[in-house]
Amino acid sequence: MINKIVRDMAEAMQGIADGSTVLVGGFGSVGQPDALIEGLIEQGATDLTVVANNAGTGRVGLAKLMELGRVRKIICSFPRSAGSVVFEELYKAGKLELEIVPQGTLAERMRAAGAGVPAFYTPTGYGTLLTEGKPTAEFDGTPCVLEKALPGDVALIQAHHADRWGNLTYRRSGRNFNPVMAMAAKLAVAQVDEVEPLGTLDPEAVVTPGIFVGRVIRVPLAAG
Amino acid sequence: MSETSFTPLSRKDMARRVAQDIPEGWYVNLGIGIPTMVADYVPLEREVVFHSENGVLGMGPAPGPDDADPWLINAGKQLVTLRRGGAYVHHADSFAMIRGGHLDLCVLGAFEVAENGDIANWATSANDTAPAVGGAMDLAAGAKRLWVVMEHVTKDGRPRLVESCSYPLTAMRSVRRIYTNLAVIDVTARGFEVVEMAPGLGFDELQAKTGARLHMSKEAG
Repeated sequence: MINKIVRDMAEAMQGIADGSTVLVGGFGSVGQPDALIEGLIEQGATDLTVVANNAGTGRVGLAKLMELGRVRKIICSFPRSAGSVVFEELYKAGKLELEIVPQGTLAERMRAAGAGVPAFYTPTGYGTLLTEGKPTAEFDGTPCVLEKALPGDVALIQAHHADRWGNLTYRRSGRNFNPVMAMAAKLAVAQVDEVEPLGTLDPEAVVTPGIFVGRVIRVPLAAG
Repeated sequence: MSETSFTPLSRKDMARRVAQDIPEGWYVNLGIGIPTMVADYVPLEREVVFHSENGVLGMGPAPGPDDADPWLINAGKQLVTLRRGGAYVHHADSFAMIRGGHLDLCVLGAFEVAENGDIANWATSANDTAPAVGGAMDLAAGAKRLWVVMEHVTKDGRPRLVESCSYPLTAMRSVRRIYTNLAVIDVTARGFEVVEMAPGLGFDELQAKTGARLHMSKEAG
Protein backbone atom coordinates (compact mmCIF):
# COMPACT_ATOMS: atom_id res chain seq x y z
CA MET A 1 0.00 0.00 0.00
CA ILE A 2 1.35 3.40 -0.95
CA ASN A 3 1.20 5.77 1.97
CA LYS A 4 3.04 9.10 1.70
CA ILE A 5 1.42 10.53 4.84
CA VAL A 6 4.11 10.85 7.50
CA ARG A 7 3.48 10.63 11.24
CA ASP A 8 5.41 13.66 12.40
CA MET A 9 7.69 16.51 11.37
CA ALA A 10 10.87 14.57 12.12
CA GLU A 11 9.83 11.97 9.56
CA ALA A 12 8.88 14.71 7.08
CA MET A 13 12.38 16.22 7.33
CA GLN A 14 14.33 12.96 7.50
CA GLY A 15 17.46 12.80 5.36
CA ILE A 16 17.63 16.44 4.25
CA ALA A 17 21.40 16.79 3.94
CA ASP A 18 23.79 19.67 4.53
CA GLY A 19 24.49 21.50 1.28
CA SER A 20 21.03 20.74 -0.17
CA THR A 21 19.18 23.00 -2.57
CA VAL A 22 15.78 23.61 -0.99
CA LEU A 23 12.88 25.02 -3.01
CA VAL A 24 10.41 26.87 -0.78
CA GLY A 25 6.89 27.62 -2.08
CA GLY A 26 4.80 30.73 -1.55
CA PHE A 27 4.40 34.25 -2.86
CA GLY A 28 4.84 36.54 0.10
CA SER A 29 3.15 34.65 2.93
CA VAL A 30 0.40 33.11 0.80
CA GLY A 31 1.05 29.45 0.04
CA GLN A 32 4.23 29.44 2.11
CA PRO A 33 4.85 26.21 4.08
CA ASP A 34 5.48 27.81 7.48
CA ALA A 35 5.37 24.56 9.49
CA LEU A 36 7.87 22.84 7.17
CA ILE A 37 10.30 25.76 7.42
CA GLU A 38 10.07 25.48 11.21
CA GLY A 39 10.64 21.75 10.80
CA LEU A 40 13.79 22.38 8.75
CA ILE A 41 15.05 24.79 11.40
CA GLU A 42 14.58 22.03 14.00
CA GLN A 43 16.08 19.36 11.75
CA GLY A 44 19.40 21.16 11.53
CA ALA A 45 20.57 20.89 7.89
CA THR A 46 22.96 23.71 7.03
CA ASP A 47 24.97 25.22 4.14
CA LEU A 48 21.70 25.35 2.21
CA THR A 49 20.86 26.99 -1.08
CA VAL A 50 17.29 28.28 -0.80
CA VAL A 51 15.15 29.05 -3.83
CA ALA A 52 12.08 31.17 -3.06
CA ASN A 53 10.35 34.18 -4.60
CA ASN A 54 11.06 36.38 -1.58
CA ALA A 55 13.82 36.41 1.04
CA GLY A 56 11.70 36.22 4.17
CA THR A 57 10.27 38.88 6.45
CA GLY A 58 10.59 39.65 10.14
CA ARG A 59 12.67 37.19 12.15
CA VAL A 60 10.57 34.05 11.74
CA GLY A 61 10.40 31.27 9.15
CA LEU A 62 12.81 31.72 6.25
CA ALA A 63 14.29 34.83 7.91
CA LYS A 64 15.01 32.80 11.04
CA LEU A 65 16.67 30.02 9.01
CA MET A 66 18.92 32.66 7.43
CA GLU A 67 19.59 34.42 10.74
CA LEU A 68 20.77 31.11 12.20
CA GLY A 69 23.45 31.02 9.50
CA ARG A 70 22.06 27.95 7.79
CA VAL A 71 21.64 29.47 4.33
CA ARG A 72 24.71 29.93 2.13
CA LYS A 73 22.89 31.25 -0.91
CA ILE A 74 19.43 32.49 -1.81
CA ILE A 75 18.02 32.46 -5.34
CA CYS A 76 14.95 34.68 -5.70
CA SER A 77 13.24 37.38 -7.77
CA PHE A 78 12.28 39.87 -5.09
CA PRO A 79 14.56 39.78 -2.04
CA ARG A 80 13.88 43.27 -0.80
CA SER A 81 10.42 43.90 0.53
CA ALA A 82 8.87 45.51 3.57
CA GLY A 83 10.33 43.75 6.61
CA SER A 84 13.12 41.79 4.89
CA VAL A 85 15.48 42.89 7.69
CA VAL A 86 17.46 39.69 8.18
CA PHE A 87 18.18 39.41 4.48
CA GLU A 88 19.39 43.03 4.36
CA GLU A 89 21.68 42.55 7.38
CA LEU A 90 23.26 39.30 6.18
CA TYR A 91 23.63 40.49 2.62
CA LYS A 92 25.30 43.75 3.65
CA ALA A 93 27.65 41.81 5.95
CA GLY A 94 28.66 39.55 3.04
CA LYS A 95 27.28 36.46 4.79
CA LEU A 96 24.76 35.51 2.13
CA GLU A 97 25.18 34.89 -1.59
CA LEU A 98 22.38 36.26 -3.74
CA GLU A 99 21.25 35.31 -7.23
CA ILE A 100 18.42 37.47 -8.57
CA VAL A 101 16.34 35.87 -11.31
CA PRO A 102 13.39 37.38 -13.19
CA GLN A 103 10.30 35.82 -11.68
CA GLY A 104 9.11 34.06 -14.83
CA THR A 105 12.60 32.77 -15.57
CA LEU A 106 12.72 31.43 -12.00
CA ALA A 107 9.43 29.55 -12.48
CA GLU A 108 10.42 28.30 -15.93
CA ARG A 109 13.87 27.12 -14.77
CA MET A 110 12.14 24.91 -12.21
CA ARG A 111 9.46 23.77 -14.65
CA ALA A 112 12.28 22.86 -17.05
CA ALA A 113 14.06 20.89 -14.32
CA GLY A 114 10.86 18.99 -13.66
CA ALA A 115 10.29 18.32 -17.35
CA GLY A 116 13.81 17.10 -18.15
CA VAL A 117 14.79 20.20 -20.13
CA PRO A 118 18.39 21.07 -19.17
CA ALA A 119 18.32 24.64 -20.53
CA PHE A 120 16.18 26.95 -22.66
CA TYR A 121 16.38 30.27 -24.50
CA THR A 122 14.23 33.24 -23.50
CA PRO A 123 14.10 36.93 -24.46
CA THR A 124 13.47 37.88 -20.81
CA GLY A 125 16.46 39.71 -19.36
CA TYR A 126 18.38 39.98 -22.65
CA GLY A 127 20.70 43.00 -22.58
CA THR A 128 20.35 43.52 -18.81
CA LEU A 129 22.68 43.18 -15.82
CA LEU A 130 20.95 39.98 -14.74
CA THR A 131 22.05 38.01 -17.78
CA GLU A 132 25.58 39.35 -18.25
CA GLY A 133 27.94 36.59 -19.39
CA LYS A 134 25.21 34.13 -20.36
CA PRO A 135 25.25 32.64 -23.87
CA THR A 136 22.93 34.39 -26.33
CA ALA A 137 21.34 33.51 -29.65
CA GLU A 138 18.82 35.07 -32.01
CA PHE A 139 15.65 33.26 -33.08
CA ASP A 140 13.48 34.76 -35.83
CA GLY A 141 14.97 38.17 -35.09
CA THR A 142 14.47 38.00 -31.31
CA PRO A 143 17.65 38.07 -29.22
CA CYS A 144 17.55 35.55 -26.35
CA VAL A 145 19.65 34.34 -23.43
CA LEU A 146 20.30 30.76 -22.41
CA GLU A 147 18.94 29.88 -18.98
CA LYS A 148 19.67 26.61 -17.18
CA ALA A 149 17.16 24.38 -15.41
CA LEU A 150 17.02 24.81 -11.64
CA PRO A 151 16.53 21.46 -9.92
CA GLY A 152 16.13 21.06 -6.16
CA ASP A 153 17.13 18.31 -3.77
CA VAL A 154 14.05 19.05 -1.69
CA ALA A 155 10.89 21.11 -2.21
CA LEU A 156 8.93 22.34 0.79
CA ILE A 157 5.45 23.17 -0.43
CA GLN A 158 2.02 24.10 0.87
CA ALA A 159 -1.22 22.65 -0.48
CA HIS A 160 -4.86 22.40 0.52
CA HIS A 161 -6.07 18.78 0.39
CA ALA A 162 -4.09 15.59 -0.14
CA ASP A 163 -4.63 11.83 -0.19
CA ARG A 164 -2.20 9.06 0.77
CA TRP A 165 -0.89 8.83 -2.80
CA GLY A 166 0.26 12.47 -2.53
CA ASN A 167 -2.30 13.98 -4.91
CA LEU A 168 -2.70 17.67 -4.08
CA THR A 169 -5.21 20.49 -4.48
CA TYR A 170 -4.56 24.16 -3.72
CA ARG A 171 -6.38 27.22 -2.46
CA ARG A 172 -6.77 30.21 -4.79
CA SER A 173 -3.55 32.25 -5.16
CA GLY A 174 -1.85 29.93 -2.64
CA ARG A 175 -1.00 27.68 -5.60
CA ASN A 176 1.73 29.97 -7.02
CA PHE A 177 5.21 28.30 -7.09
CA ASN A 178 4.17 25.13 -5.24
CA PRO A 179 3.30 22.87 -8.22
CA VAL A 180 6.47 23.70 -10.22
CA MET A 181 8.65 23.25 -7.15
CA ALA A 182 7.07 19.84 -6.52
CA MET A 183 8.07 18.83 -10.07
CA ALA A 184 11.60 20.21 -9.84
CA ALA A 185 12.80 18.48 -6.66
CA LYS A 186 14.02 14.94 -6.03
CA LEU A 187 11.88 14.95 -2.88
CA ALA A 188 8.79 17.14 -2.47
CA VAL A 189 7.38 17.44 1.04
CA ALA A 190 3.88 18.90 1.21
CA GLN A 191 2.26 20.56 4.20
CA VAL A 192 -1.53 20.26 3.75
CA ASP A 193 -4.65 21.46 5.56
CA GLU A 194 -6.52 18.16 5.24
CA VAL A 195 -5.92 14.55 4.25
CA GLU A 196 -8.83 12.89 2.44
CA PRO A 197 -9.44 9.17 1.85
CA LEU A 198 -8.00 7.84 -1.42
CA GLY A 199 -10.53 8.24 -4.23
CA THR A 200 -12.40 11.21 -2.78
CA LEU A 201 -10.38 14.02 -4.37
CA ASP A 202 -11.97 14.96 -7.70
CA PRO A 203 -9.39 13.78 -10.29
CA GLU A 204 -10.26 16.88 -12.39
CA ALA A 205 -9.33 19.10 -9.43
CA VAL A 206 -5.94 17.51 -8.64
CA VAL A 207 -3.28 20.05 -9.65
CA THR A 208 -0.20 18.16 -8.46
CA PRO A 209 -0.51 14.41 -9.00
CA GLY A 210 1.22 12.18 -6.46
CA ILE A 211 4.04 11.19 -8.81
CA PHE A 212 5.65 14.57 -7.98
CA VAL A 213 5.19 14.22 -4.20
CA GLY A 214 7.26 12.18 -1.74
CA ARG A 215 5.85 13.03 1.68
CA VAL A 216 2.70 14.64 3.04
CA ILE A 217 2.15 16.02 6.52
CA ARG A 218 -1.15 17.35 7.81
CA VAL A 219 -0.87 20.73 9.47
CA PRO A 220 -4.36 21.99 10.31
CA LEU A 221 -4.89 25.69 9.66
CA ALA A 222 -4.59 27.80 12.77
CA ALA A 223 -8.01 28.75 14.08
CA GLY A 224 -9.24 32.04 12.59
CA MET B 1 10.31 80.35 -14.57
CA SER B 2 8.04 81.88 -17.17
CA GLU B 3 5.66 79.04 -17.82
CA THR B 4 2.31 79.18 -19.52
CA SER B 5 -0.70 78.20 -17.49
CA PHE B 6 -1.47 74.50 -17.56
CA THR B 7 -2.49 71.84 -15.09
CA PRO B 8 -0.50 68.61 -14.99
CA LEU B 9 -2.59 65.47 -14.58
CA SER B 10 -2.94 64.04 -11.07
CA ARG B 11 -1.98 60.39 -10.46
CA LYS B 12 -5.67 59.47 -10.60
CA ASP B 13 -6.13 61.38 -13.86
CA MET B 14 -3.12 59.59 -15.35
CA ALA B 15 -4.66 56.22 -14.40
CA ARG B 16 -8.03 57.34 -15.82
CA ARG B 17 -6.36 58.45 -19.07
CA VAL B 18 -4.67 55.04 -19.54
CA ALA B 19 -7.95 53.25 -18.78
CA GLN B 20 -9.70 55.14 -21.62
CA ASP B 21 -7.47 53.41 -24.17
CA ILE B 22 -8.05 49.80 -23.03
CA PRO B 23 -10.74 48.12 -25.13
CA GLU B 24 -13.08 45.34 -24.11
CA GLY B 25 -11.65 41.86 -24.53
CA TRP B 26 -8.03 42.66 -23.74
CA TYR B 27 -6.04 40.58 -21.25
CA VAL B 28 -4.03 43.07 -19.20
CA ASN B 29 -1.34 43.02 -16.51
CA LEU B 30 -0.94 46.13 -14.36
CA GLY B 31 2.29 46.87 -12.49
CA ILE B 32 2.57 48.28 -8.99
CA GLY B 33 1.82 51.97 -8.27
CA ILE B 34 -0.15 54.16 -10.69
CA PRO B 35 -0.65 51.17 -13.06
CA THR B 36 -2.60 49.30 -10.36
CA MET B 37 -4.99 52.29 -10.14
CA VAL B 38 -5.88 51.92 -13.85
CA ALA B 39 -8.29 49.07 -13.03
CA ASP B 40 -10.40 51.47 -10.94
CA TYR B 41 -11.28 53.37 -14.11
CA VAL B 42 -12.24 50.43 -16.32
CA PRO B 43 -15.97 49.90 -15.75
CA LEU B 44 -16.97 46.29 -14.97
CA GLU B 45 -19.34 46.21 -17.95
CA ARG B 46 -16.35 46.77 -20.26
CA GLU B 47 -14.99 43.24 -19.93
CA VAL B 48 -11.22 43.62 -19.58
CA VAL B 49 -9.54 40.60 -17.98
CA PHE B 50 -6.86 41.55 -15.47
CA HIS B 51 -3.96 39.18 -14.84
CA SER B 52 -1.87 39.04 -11.66
CA GLU B 53 1.54 37.37 -11.93
CA ASN B 54 0.96 35.23 -8.83
CA GLY B 55 -1.56 33.11 -10.71
CA VAL B 56 -4.83 35.02 -10.90
CA LEU B 57 -6.60 35.62 -14.22
CA GLY B 58 -9.79 37.69 -13.99
CA MET B 59 -8.83 39.69 -10.92
CA GLY B 60 -11.52 41.94 -9.47
CA PRO B 61 -11.39 44.95 -7.14
CA ALA B 62 -10.43 44.96 -3.46
CA PRO B 63 -12.90 43.01 -1.29
CA GLY B 64 -15.42 44.56 1.05
CA PRO B 65 -14.97 43.94 4.78
CA ASP B 66 -17.16 40.81 4.66
CA ASP B 67 -15.67 39.01 1.67
CA ALA B 68 -11.93 39.43 2.33
CA ASP B 69 -10.08 36.16 1.63
CA PRO B 70 -6.49 35.86 2.91
CA TRP B 71 -5.72 33.28 0.18
CA LEU B 72 -6.43 35.73 -2.62
CA ILE B 73 -3.82 38.45 -3.18
CA ASN B 74 -2.36 40.36 -6.12
CA ALA B 75 1.27 40.90 -7.13
CA GLY B 76 1.52 43.81 -4.69
CA LYS B 77 0.35 41.39 -1.94
CA GLN B 78 -2.91 43.31 -1.43
CA LEU B 79 -6.20 41.46 -0.96
CA VAL B 80 -8.25 41.24 -4.15
CA THR B 81 -11.29 39.36 -5.48
CA LEU B 82 -11.89 37.04 -8.42
CA ARG B 83 -14.44 38.07 -11.05
CA ARG B 84 -17.02 35.68 -12.43
CA GLY B 85 -15.16 33.78 -15.16
CA GLY B 86 -11.81 34.09 -13.39
CA ALA B 87 -9.32 31.25 -12.90
CA TYR B 88 -6.28 30.29 -10.84
CA VAL B 89 -3.06 28.92 -12.32
CA HIS B 90 0.39 28.06 -11.01
CA HIS B 91 3.42 30.29 -11.47
CA ALA B 92 4.86 28.65 -14.58
CA ASP B 93 1.49 28.90 -16.36
CA SER B 94 1.01 32.45 -15.14
CA PHE B 95 4.36 33.43 -16.63
CA ALA B 96 3.62 31.41 -19.77
CA MET B 97 0.73 33.85 -20.25
CA ILE B 98 3.24 36.70 -19.90
CA ARG B 99 6.26 35.26 -21.70
CA GLY B 100 4.26 33.45 -24.38
CA GLY B 101 2.82 36.72 -25.71
CA HIS B 102 -0.74 36.04 -24.56
CA LEU B 103 -1.27 39.35 -22.75
CA ASP B 104 -2.57 42.15 -24.96
CA LEU B 105 -1.10 44.80 -22.72
CA CYS B 106 1.15 45.38 -19.76
CA VAL B 107 1.25 48.76 -18.02
CA LEU B 108 4.33 49.47 -15.90
CA GLY B 109 5.81 52.38 -14.01
CA ALA B 110 9.39 53.40 -14.88
CA PHE B 111 12.36 55.52 -13.88
CA GLU B 112 13.31 56.21 -17.49
CA VAL B 113 12.25 55.40 -21.04
CA ALA B 114 14.58 55.95 -23.99
CA GLU B 115 13.54 57.11 -27.47
CA ASN B 116 14.25 53.62 -28.86
CA GLY B 117 11.83 52.04 -26.35
CA ASP B 118 14.38 50.87 -23.77
CA ILE B 119 12.90 50.84 -20.26
CA ALA B 120 14.63 51.13 -16.87
CA ASN B 121 12.36 50.44 -13.91
CA TRP B 122 13.95 47.99 -11.50
CA ALA B 123 17.25 49.34 -10.13
CA THR B 124 18.44 52.89 -9.57
CA SER B 125 22.12 52.10 -10.06
CA ALA B 126 24.41 49.31 -11.17
CA ASN B 127 25.85 49.34 -7.63
CA ASP B 128 22.50 48.80 -5.94
CA THR B 129 23.32 46.03 -3.48
CA ALA B 130 20.20 43.93 -3.79
CA PRO B 131 17.66 45.19 -6.28
CA ALA B 132 14.39 43.31 -6.56
CA VAL B 133 13.26 42.61 -10.11
CA GLY B 134 10.11 40.53 -9.56
CA GLY B 135 8.26 39.98 -12.84
CA ALA B 136 9.24 43.27 -14.51
CA MET B 137 11.69 41.79 -17.04
CA ASP B 138 9.28 39.01 -18.02
CA LEU B 139 6.43 41.49 -18.49
CA ALA B 140 8.49 44.03 -20.42
CA ALA B 141 9.83 41.38 -22.81
CA GLY B 142 6.73 39.22 -23.10
CA ALA B 143 3.51 41.23 -23.39
CA LYS B 144 2.14 42.06 -26.87
CA ARG B 145 2.43 45.76 -26.03
CA LEU B 146 4.02 47.65 -23.19
CA TRP B 147 2.76 51.03 -22.00
CA VAL B 148 4.47 53.08 -19.31
CA VAL B 149 2.74 55.49 -16.97
CA MET B 150 5.00 57.84 -14.99
CA GLU B 151 5.66 61.47 -14.04
CA HIS B 152 7.24 63.37 -16.94
CA VAL B 153 10.24 64.50 -14.85
CA THR B 154 11.89 63.41 -11.57
CA LYS B 155 11.21 65.15 -8.27
CA ASP B 156 14.24 67.37 -8.91
CA GLY B 157 13.13 68.18 -12.45
CA ARG B 158 15.28 65.85 -14.56
CA PRO B 159 13.64 64.37 -17.66
CA ARG B 160 12.56 60.73 -17.51
CA LEU B 161 12.13 60.55 -21.30
CA VAL B 162 15.70 60.37 -22.55
CA GLU B 163 17.97 59.55 -25.51
CA SER B 164 19.39 56.56 -23.65
CA CYS B 165 18.70 55.25 -20.15
CA SER B 166 21.22 55.97 -17.40
CA TYR B 167 19.73 53.38 -15.02
CA PRO B 168 20.10 49.59 -15.52
CA LEU B 169 17.72 48.34 -18.22
CA THR B 170 14.66 46.19 -17.60
CA ALA B 171 14.23 45.42 -21.30
CA MET B 172 15.45 46.74 -24.64
CA ARG B 173 13.22 48.36 -27.29
CA SER B 174 9.96 47.32 -25.70
CA VAL B 175 7.91 50.41 -24.74
CA ARG B 176 5.15 51.29 -27.23
CA ARG B 177 3.48 54.27 -25.51
CA ILE B 178 4.09 56.55 -22.51
CA TYR B 179 1.45 58.34 -20.42
CA THR B 180 2.83 61.12 -18.24
CA ASN B 181 1.27 63.92 -16.21
CA LEU B 182 2.06 66.21 -19.16
CA ALA B 183 1.51 64.19 -22.34
CA VAL B 184 0.76 60.96 -24.17
CA ILE B 185 3.75 59.99 -26.29
CA ASP B 186 4.26 57.09 -28.72
CA VAL B 187 7.61 55.42 -29.26
CA THR B 188 8.05 55.12 -33.03
CA ALA B 189 10.78 54.38 -35.55
CA ARG B 190 11.71 58.10 -35.59
CA GLY B 191 11.62 58.42 -31.78
CA PHE B 192 9.12 60.09 -29.42
CA GLU B 193 5.88 61.26 -31.07
CA VAL B 194 3.55 63.49 -29.08
CA VAL B 195 -0.04 62.29 -29.37
CA GLU B 196 -1.61 64.53 -26.75
CA MET B 197 -0.58 67.28 -24.31
CA ALA B 198 -2.05 68.55 -21.04
CA PRO B 199 -4.47 71.42 -21.83
CA GLY B 200 -2.63 74.74 -21.98
CA LEU B 201 0.82 73.18 -22.34
CA GLY B 202 2.89 74.29 -25.34
CA PHE B 203 5.06 71.96 -27.45
CA ASP B 204 8.24 73.94 -26.73
CA GLU B 205 7.62 73.79 -23.01
CA LEU B 206 7.08 70.02 -23.21
CA GLN B 207 10.28 69.69 -25.27
CA ALA B 208 12.18 71.64 -22.57
CA LYS B 209 11.13 69.02 -20.00
CA THR B 210 12.11 66.09 -22.22
CA GLY B 211 15.62 64.66 -22.63
CA ALA B 212 15.24 63.60 -26.27
CA ARG B 213 13.81 65.17 -29.41
CA LEU B 214 10.01 65.20 -29.67
CA HIS B 215 8.07 64.94 -32.90
CA MET B 216 4.47 65.96 -33.36
CA SER B 217 2.29 63.00 -34.28
CA LYS B 218 0.07 63.40 -37.33
CA GLU B 219 -2.71 61.99 -35.15
CA ALA B 220 -2.33 64.91 -32.74
CA GLY B 221 -2.89 67.33 -35.66
